[in-house]
This record gives sequence, structure tokens and C-alpha cells, in this order.
Amino acid sequence: MSPQPLLQVNNIEVVYDHVILVLKGVSLHVPEGGIVTLLGANGAGKTTTLKAISNLLRAERGEVTKGTIEYRGERIEHLDSSTLVRRGIVQVMEGRRPFGHLTCEENLLVGAYTRRDGRAAVQRDLEMVYSYFPRLAERRHVKAGYVSGGEQQMLVIGRALMARPRLILLDEPSMGLAPQLVKEIFEIVWRLNKEEGVSFLLAEQNATMALRIADYGYVLENGRVVLDGDAATLRENEDVKEFYLGLSAAGRRSYRDVKHYKRRKRWLA
Amino acid sequence: MEVLNSLLVGPLRDIVSAPVFFAEVVVGGLMAGVMYSMVALGFVLIFKASEVFNFAQGAMVLFAALTLVGFMERGVPVGLALLAAAAVMVALAVAIERVMLRPLVNQPPLTLLMATIGLTFFLEGFGQLLWGSNVKELDVGIPDRTFDVGGMLLNQFDLVAAAVAAVMVALLAVLAQKTTLGRALRAVADDHEAAMAVGVPLKTIWVTVWSAAGIVALVAGIMWGAKSGVQFSLSLIALKALPVLILGGPHLDSGRHRRRSHHRRGGKNRRSLLGAAGRGGHRELVRLRAGDGLSAI
Repeated sequence: MSPQPLLQVNNIEVVYDHVILVLKGVSLHVPEGGIVTLLGANGAGKTTTLKAISNLLRAERGEVTKGTIEYRGERIEHLDSSTLVRRGIVQVMEGRRPFGHLTCEENLLVGAYTRRDGRAAVQRDLEMVYSYFPRLAERRHVKAGYVSGGEQQMLVIGRALMARPRLILLDEPSMGLAPQLVKEIFEIVWRLNKEEGVSFLLAEQNATMALRIADYGYVLENGRVVLDGDAATLRENEDVKEFYLGLSAAGRRSYRDVKHYKRRKRWLA
Repeated sequence: MEVLNSLLVGPLRDIVSAPVFFAEVVVGGLMAGVMYSMVALGFVLIFKASEVFNFAQGAMVLFAALTLVGFMERGVPVGLALLAAAAVMVALAVAIERVMLRPLVNQPPLTLLMATIGLTFFLEGFGQLLWGSNVKELDVGIPDRTFDVGGMLLNQFDLVAAAVAAVMVALLAVLAQKTTLGRALRAVADDHEAAMAVGVPLKTIWVTVWSAAGIVALVAGIMWGAKSGVQFSLSLIALKALPVLILGGPHLDSGRHRRRSHHRRGGKNRRSLLGAAGRGGHRELVRLRAGDGLSAI
């Protein structure tokens, strides 16, 4: 890991509606040019962590009450989401969310809203997005509400790319998609990271896929980081195998042999 | 039989026997509709971009007209008074964003509707406090003569109003479809959180939209004020414009699509622990009634 990480989250606490404590001290690092994954079940706090970084919490009455978030050595908790996008952090929200009444191309152009470097540069990036997602090029004049789920997911990743980000906060790109598509999208994310140098913080439930492309991972449970390590280490961790990868010591398990008791986790949650 | 005859047959017979008069009535009706459409346009703008049903649109028409007349009464020339009134409407938009909209981000539409009802009372009271509550005459020099076209009596004022409305619709359509700002505006209308996530600043968008609605209100105020005097009842015209708003140009696809996307969003809202109660339900209701008809622009 480079001496100064691109993004550094230090021990943040997030409270919703002044009472509901959702994150209880989460710390993580994203190195420049890395893919870091955030694993966890529903309600573990993955999305909240991402929204705390992109400052979309306030709209949901959430607030970072403790800790700091630094981006390239600078505190960013107080910056609004528009400024953050201009600085290079874009979130791709869970559940796709394209602008349904806009055509695919218009969706991508809205992604370039914060750009001030001229039409030609935007046009170049549009072609870049189309080269990564050829299916979007075919659909460019179709309203985004009418394209398939997989295409919508590609569209929102493409839309984020149009802002020329250094860091994309990618929230559950696999949600509700066929395994084949999930694989395709993860491959593109990996290529974007290698070829365009975009760093990713990837929140996922699909741990198998996430650990395949990530360099480093954090496991989040009940608003706390319970485990972190290199992707390879995590893949070999017995608990991660059991609880997140669906493997047991004996390899892939059949539902016929499911026991009524569970292996105990080795960490405190 | 008598009744049926007079209801169903009589009118047709009249139409056939006096086609010119019939045409005159139809044209007159359309012209009246155009007048209402100017008010409806303001509703559409704000609803499209912020999902707020702006109950105060009528009050804004009244306020804009009062401001214009107020300036003119104090001896400001027409052109300058127009600019000043437009500036006041923009300032009002900035104030509304600051004081009313910003603290209410992500609240259910009904809360925002309540806030606009409050705004209605404020604007009605404030406008009359500033400029007085007498009925005032507004003369911006639009000719008001009737003339004869093939036996039909047409009012010149109505034609000017129709032209103004057409120009406004065209301008707003170009703004919404062809410009970066318009695209961002439609994006915000579709999903404002997603728009925020890609860096569209809601603040700018809202101020722009409310300014545009304020200026549309000013134009509507001028036309209505010139026609029937600047008076309190301008505020109520907005309610008559509602049918225009609801019937206005639905895209055939928008209903189905909106419903689908909103089920999904409703689900997410429930999960996020916040403002969960009632949100989905009311939202759907407001949307299905109004949303389907609002895709005019």
C-alpha cells in the first residue's frame, strides 16, 4: 500500500435521525489504483459507509458524528456531493437507478454535468464508455427505463465514469442480475481499474465475485469492521469461507447435509 | 324524449345551422384554455423537477402581477418594471430554496405540499401588504380589439396571449430537451438522489426551476392582469388551471414506467428505516394522479 492512501476513513460513527447508531467506528483505506471490497450481509452498514463518504447521508437524516474521512490527505466530511464529484469521488448507488425517462446517452451526459473541460473531452469519454460497454452504444437512443437490468447496471457505471472520477464507490452491482451478467460486469470493473486507473470501493454481498477482483477486503457486521485482509487471505479464511463463500471445510456443501448448528464465528460481532 | 331531443339532437342541429358561430365558440374556448395553460405551465415546471405540487403557483401569479403593477404605479417605465418584477421573482426563488426547500429535502411529497400551502398564504398576505389590496388596472400596451375573420369575431388580445403561451412552451421545451441544464433538470425529476450522486447540485436546479416558474407566473400575471385586472382572485385561477394540468399531454409510456420505478424506490425507502410510514402509499397516490399527466414538457 502506498504511503498516503487515496481514501482514508478513520473510525467513523454514523447516526440516523439522531438516535439510530448504524456505524460504530469503521476504519478503512483505499490505496490509489486499488479495488477494495466491503463485504457484509443486509444491514451490516455497507451502503451507509459509502454514503458517508459521498455525503449522501444528509438527505436521509444521517450524520457522521465521529471520526474523519480523508481523501488525498484532505478532510472531506463537510463537502457536498456535487463538490465531491468534482474532486473525483462518485457513488454508483445500489439498485441501479438510471434516469428512466432519459435516453441512455442522455443519462451518460448527465454524468458529465460537473465537467468543465469542454464538449470534445466529454465526447471522447462517451466513446470510451461505449467501448467498454458496447451494448450501451446499441441502446444509446432508447429510454433507460426500457433497457434490461444488466444494461441499466452498465449504464449507471458508465454514467459515473463520465465524471472522470479517481474513485468510484460501487454499491452492489451484482444485485438482481444473472450470474453470467455479474461476471461480465465484474470483468469490466476490473478492466476499468487496470486500464483507466480508477480506484474502486466495492460494497458486495456476492463475496465470491468481489474477492476475485479485489486486492483487499473488509468484512462488516453490525456496523463494525470485524475482519480485514488481502483478498487472497480472506478467501482462505475459514470463517469467510463458511459464512460468506458458502464453503465448509469439506468443500461445497449440499443442503441435504445442513446441520442444525452453525460453526461459531471467531470474531466478536 | 323531449329531453333527449334537446340534449342530443338540438345542439347538432344548431351547429349545422350556424357553423360560423360554432367555430367562434370553439376558438373562444381554446383561447380561454390557453390563458389557463400559462398558469398550468408553472405547475408542470416545478412538479417535473422537484416532484412538488406547488399549491402556491396561483399566489405567485398574483404576487408577480402585484409587484409589476406596484413598480409601474411608482412611475417606473414598463420595460424596467418588467425586469424588476422578474428580478423579484428570482430573488423569491432563492429565498424559497433557502428557507423552505432545503430543510425539507427527501421529505414525503405531502409535507412539501403543506409547505407550498403555507407559501400561498405568505405570498398573498405579503404581496398585498407591500403593494396594497385594491383592484388595479394593468396596461402593458397589448391591443384589445375584436376583429372579423370570415364572420367570426376574434379578440386580438386572445391571439397575443396564445402566441405568448406558444412561445413560452417552445422555449421551455427547448430548455428541457436540448440544454445541459434541462437534461440535469429532467434527471433530478426522475431520481433526485441519483442525480445528486453524479454531482448535479440540487440547490442550483431548484433555484433555476423556481425562478423559471416565477417568470412564467409573471407572464401569466401580465396576461391575466391585463384581461381582468390585478386582484386577489388571480390567486384562485390556479385551481381552475388544475384540469389543464392533469389532462396535459401524457406520454403513453410514462405511466407504466413511473409506477415500476417507484415500487422499487418505495422498497428501498422502507429499508432505510427513515420516514418509512406512509411514504410509499402517499407517494404512489400523488404520483398516479398527477404524475401521469405531467409529462407535457
